[in-house]
Amino acid sequence: MNRHLISAGDLSQDDALLILDTAEELASTAERPMKKLPTLRGRTVVNLFYEDSTRTRISFEAAAKRLSADVINFSAKGSSVAKGESLKDTALTLEAMGADAVVIRHSASGAPHRLAGWVQGSVVNAGDGAHEHPTQALLDAFTMRRRLGRLDGLRVTIVGDVLHSRVARSNVLLLSTLGADVTLVAPPTLLPVAVGTWPCSVAYDLDAALPKADVVMMLRVQQERMNAAYFPSVREYSRRYGLDVARMGLLPDHSIVMHPGPMNRGVEIAAEVADSARSTIVEQVANGVSVRMAVLYLLLGGASETGGQR
Amino acid sequence: MTGTWLITGARPLGGEPADVLIRDGVIAEIGPGLAATATGADAGADAGEGAGAGAQRLDGGGLILLPGLVDLHTHLREPGREDAETVATGTAAAALGGYTAVHAMANTDPVADTAGVVEQIWRLGRQAGRCDVQPVGAVTVGLGGSRLAELGAMADSAAGVRLFSDDGRCVHDAVLMRRALEYVRAFGGVIAQHAQEPRLTDGAQVNEGEMSARLGLTGWPAVAEEAIVARDCLLAAHVGSALHVCHVSTAGSVEIIRWAKSKGWQVTAEVTPHHLLLTEEHAAGYDPVFKVNPPLRTAEDVAALRAGLADGTIDCVATDHAPHPLEDKETEWQAAAFGMTGLETALRVVHQAMVETGLLDWAGVADRMSSRPAAIGRLSGHGRLAVGEPANLVLYDPAPREAVDPAAHASKSRNTPFAGMVLPGRVIATFLRGRPTVLDEKLAW
Repeated sequence: MNRHLISAGDLSQDDALLILDTAEELASTAERPMKKLPTLRGRTVVNLFYEDSTRTRISFEAAAKRLSADVINFSAKGSSVAKGESLKDTALTLEAMGADAVVIRHSASGAPHRLAGWVQGSVVNAGDGAHEHPTQALLDAFTMRRRLGRLDGLRVTIVGDVLHSRVARSNVLLLSTLGADVTLVAPPTLLPVAVGTWPCSVAYDLDAALPKADVVMMLRVQQERMNAAYFPSVREYSRRYGLDVARMGLLPDHSIVMHPGPMNRGVEIAAEVADSARSTIVEQVANGVSVRMAVLYLLLGGASETGGQR
Repeated sequence: MTGTWLITGARPLGGEPADVLIRDGVIAEIGPGLAATATGADAGADAGEGAGAGAQRLDGGGLILLPGLVDLHTHLREPGREDAETVATGTAAAALGGYTAVHAMANTDPVADTAGVVEQIWRLGRQAGRCDVQPVGAVTVGLGGSRLAELGAMADSAAGVRLFSDDGRCVHDAVLMRRALEYVRAFGGVIAQHAQEPRLTDGAQVNEGEMSARLGLTGWPAVAEEAIVARDCLLAAHVGSALHVCHVSTAGSVEIIRWAKSKGWQVTAEVTPHHLLLTEEHAAGYDPVFKVNPPLRTAEDVAALRAGLADGTIDCVATDHAPHPLEDKETEWQAAAFGMTGLETALRVVHQAMVETGLLDWAGVADRMSSRPAAIGRLSGHGRLAVGEPANLVLYDPAPREAVDPAAHASKSRNTPFAGMVLPGRVIATFLRGRPTVLDEKLAW
């Protein structure tokens, strides 16, 4: 394992499987009355959040606390990248406080790369701009494996705003490493022009893709895309790329429906679909804690030669 | 002040070794054996009349002698951003890079859009004295893209502006661009366009393609440059005016300019050293020292730019020297300023990209880095290595190979993308009208 987790593409297949297997072990602790493990006692994890993301922050916070780490929440939300204290100065401050790991969420793609150049501790990318969100991809893979029993050869269809989605980027990289067949379905305006260089297939017709999908993952349509000519109207988007009950019927019986949240019910996913038995959306949240525990454990405490240092 | 200099044994334009006698600021003689006549051994020669006898000597053995370089595209930042660069530091950097004239871009604060501001910059250059500073005038008031600046007043000012540009911004309004091209015909001006369709590049950060897709940064598509280049070539042809295309960065632009030139239209173009050597791959680590506008492109673009410069489709190399203070680069990529320094590395980069690859010889380098930019900028007195011409010269040692050390640069800023990169060559001396500005690789004064 690298010292940092910045891109899902940095994980080898062995690294990824180690994280998933570790998460599986740690998940069992969540079912015990005493949820806490002593593994990271005395270590400090900083949650550095430049974007509002309560769900991701509390997931990391819960993960760190269950491993007995000290958690500092550093919310820099509202301070845009161009204003206020620079990321470098914040990094030096965290460094001086002895942060063993910094979990960073930032609106600027690449911010975790920059941070990693300025701190000694491990950097965990909790979502950077339109770049990556590797722990989301890990928890998605974890969820798929739990529900469907395997990842190798699994057919995963990711639908929606791939162009601006860090979740899609990390999922494509991680799932291809793990041997899944990924198909992206979106209007061409919401796909990167060089998507052909990615290790996945691309399609424009959701109805044709669904019967071949073991997993369908719906991406959130951001409000700011709705008036920027990426598609004519929300209604047309929903009609062509939204997952409603009728469309869900095209899926094979065993298939699952995923969404990284937060959802726009009625836009990319119908309420009945989100709440159906196929939906793993609530499970994904629970699995997020286990996977993030595994990541922190492996980066900070898992390897014996680093245990106890710093 | 200028004195008499005798440069011995250097190779003018990379040719056979010769001696060069500089007297009263001009090249008095070029030829083999002047060293002998200068010492009085051949009493019949012109230089033997004692003039060369008192000459200071500079051993040019092994060195290439080129006309002083001319940059069509320099950001000196003064007035307004003296924390990044001043005319004094920028011209020192220019001299150390072998330049004897630079064109100072108009995006200062205040903008160089009036006779008053261009005269101020011109005067600062005269005071600095290490390199001629030719101000570029803004095309539109405040670079705002809506009203023409007083182009005639700037042309008639002491600065004698002939090159106009809103560089950093594109004159994207087709009517305004047409009028600007037409208007400057009255005084032999040229419009230098920063070709960037603004709507196609809203928030753009890196070349649109594999890298933008991977990095999750907003793409800057080649078509946003090429669409403007094509439109402007057609406009220049329609009104019979001169267009200069700044920092061409794509293979498609090269093709369009080649086509426009084949029609006989008055279109010229420049390419930067960094676009001749670096690719978008450098953005992979999100280090904003590689953030520049237009962005670094693909290896195919680099190859097309080199070929275009070699065959003359692209007329010249221009640095787009864009100094920025450290804090404007030590940030997240999308918050960082666009631009790279270039004056002190340009000749070495061109040596590597064009000479070592066999695409240009030294006469070609002199043409692309001195003669043609001087002609495009309407600068008399630069760009020619001949008897009777002002002694604007650079002596270059092609032999060494060393890593670029930004700490050694005279520019006030350190944002060079070539830091640590091993490049060939070394500028040994620069002369401005017979007076050395650089000697022994150091500022002469």
